[in-house]
Amino acid sequence: MSLSHYYRAMIGIFGRELLRFVHQRERFVSALVRPLMWLFIFAAGFRSTLGVAIIPPYETYILYEVYITPGLVGMVQLFNGMQSSLSMVYDREMGSMKTLLVSPLPRWYLLTSKLLAGVLVSVVQAYVFLLIAYFYGIEPPLLGYLTVLPALILSGLMLGSLGLLLSSFVKQLENFAGVMNFVIFPMFFLSTALYPLWKIQESSKLLYRISTLNPFTHAVELIRFALYNRFDLTSCFYTFCALALFLSLAIIGYNPRRGMMQRKGGA
Amino acid sequence: MGRGGQAMTLVKNSTPALTVKDVSYAYGQKHALDHVSFSVETGHCNILLGPNGAGKTTLFSLITGLFDCPEGSIHIAGNNLRHNTSKALAELGTVFQQPTLDLDLSIRQNLQYHAALYGMGKKAASLRIDAELERQNILERSEEKVRQLNGGHRRRVEIARALLHKPRLLLLDEPTVGLDVPSRSSIVNHVHQLAASGEIAVLWTTHLIDEIQPNDQLIIIDAGTIKAQGSIDAIQADTETDSIGAAFSVLTRRGGPT
Repeated sequence: MSLSHYYRAMIGIFGRELLRFVHQRERFVSALVRPLMWLFIFAAGFRSTLGVAIIPPYETYILYEVYITPGLVGMVQLFNGMQSSLSMVYDREMGSMKTLLVSPLPRWYLLTSKLLAGVLVSVVQAYVFLLIAYFYGIEPPLLGYLTVLPALILSGLMLGSLGLLLSSFVKQLENFAGVMNFVIFPMFFLSTALYPLWKIQESSKLLYRISTLNPFTHAVELIRFALYNRFDLTSCFYTFCALALFLSLAIIGYNPRRGMMQRKGGA
Repeated sequence: MGRGGQAMTLVKNSTPALTVKDVSYAYGQKHALDHVSFSVETGHCNILLGPNGAGKTTLFSLITGLFDCPEGSIHIAGNNLRHNTSKALAELGTVFQQPTLDLDLSIRQNLQYHAALYGMGKKAASLRIDAELERQNILERSEEKVRQLNGGHRRRVEIARALLHKPRLLLLDEPTVGLDVPSRSSIVNHVHQLAASGEIAVLWTTHLIDEIQPNDQLIIIDAGTIKAQGSIDAIQADTETDSIGAAFSVLTRRGGPT
């Protein structure tokens, strides 16, 4: 297979994802409304109860809204990653996953392209959210909008490959409510998205430890630092390792020699 | 294509479009296929006939590479599916039993997506899409969303899609399931014409005897093994029967298929 074949297939997969995205306007709106509610309502209510000390990357005292914005960007990507895996389970039930998998390119390439297509959508969503937040008064340095891009791509890939991995295990759409309870909520609450880790440490050492291991914590910190023109090596490293782990497990999960197509192919 | 190209095509066409050799497959302890062998040549409609649960869909999943084939070998247009996967799959056009179109995209968008997956350039894809839609008599509806089409038309779009990249083998897995009688017979006739044109080899799985036409090659499968294969006359002669239904009953020693 020639290079142009690879390129055309990827463009085709991107195009399909974007077209589907455009056709599902409710999905786009709800993906935006969710973090905006946290920002406009939850953060406003919590502003006075929760004082945030000066912690890097911030150089002064900050408002709570400012603190949770990177966490909410992470939330947009977390939901997007799960949503795209939901759409993959749907695709599999609908059979369109089959047409993708029988096309003449290596399976890892097809799955990675599908993953990248989902990341593309999540980056667009994240920027729209940041734009609205800007008009609400959350104004990171202008250059930050540029430096956050690689962070968004890396964290989007990590969360998307987690979704891909889940989609290789979840058999049916109905089981997806469980993903919400057992993946999205714990990942979101046991992270630095809503409060700094030292706050959790004050209450529970165990929860603190779990939170430091949570890849979502590192994704959020990566985004937070990048948004303020800083690079956090530790969180970048953790996010990258989580990406490598989730993605390789997902590719194994979709491998016809031992993967899910086989186990669930009883029909 | 020049003279060299024609010579290549001749050499290519001398190999069977599909060779399945000694393929066995089990779900855990349960044997679904037991040493299945057959080959499919261009110029005929090859019907894989068997009752539900005979192993047709398992075989189909193996030929499309959705399942790995641990025992035996499968070659598509001479390419080993296991070792030369991409080349083998490039010669394969598939119509799954389940509908697989994106309902919210137009017919053309669905086909463009497929063309991209098979590495076709925009211009070439556009020409092929027009040609295949024309052949299916749905060219004038190409900008409509798939959701607006009835079941028969959706199937036609899927057949057009499977032919887009000019494969050597067209696989159809019970493609008429859920269709009304006129759409069913139109698809049956259309695929038979396609096979008779000599451009492509067709393998059609079904449990419906009335989808068989006199010139078809039959492969009869039951309980995971091939019971008979050959022309209708040969199978009837071997079983000393005068209809496919009777032959089928003899071969499977149970009630004939519907």
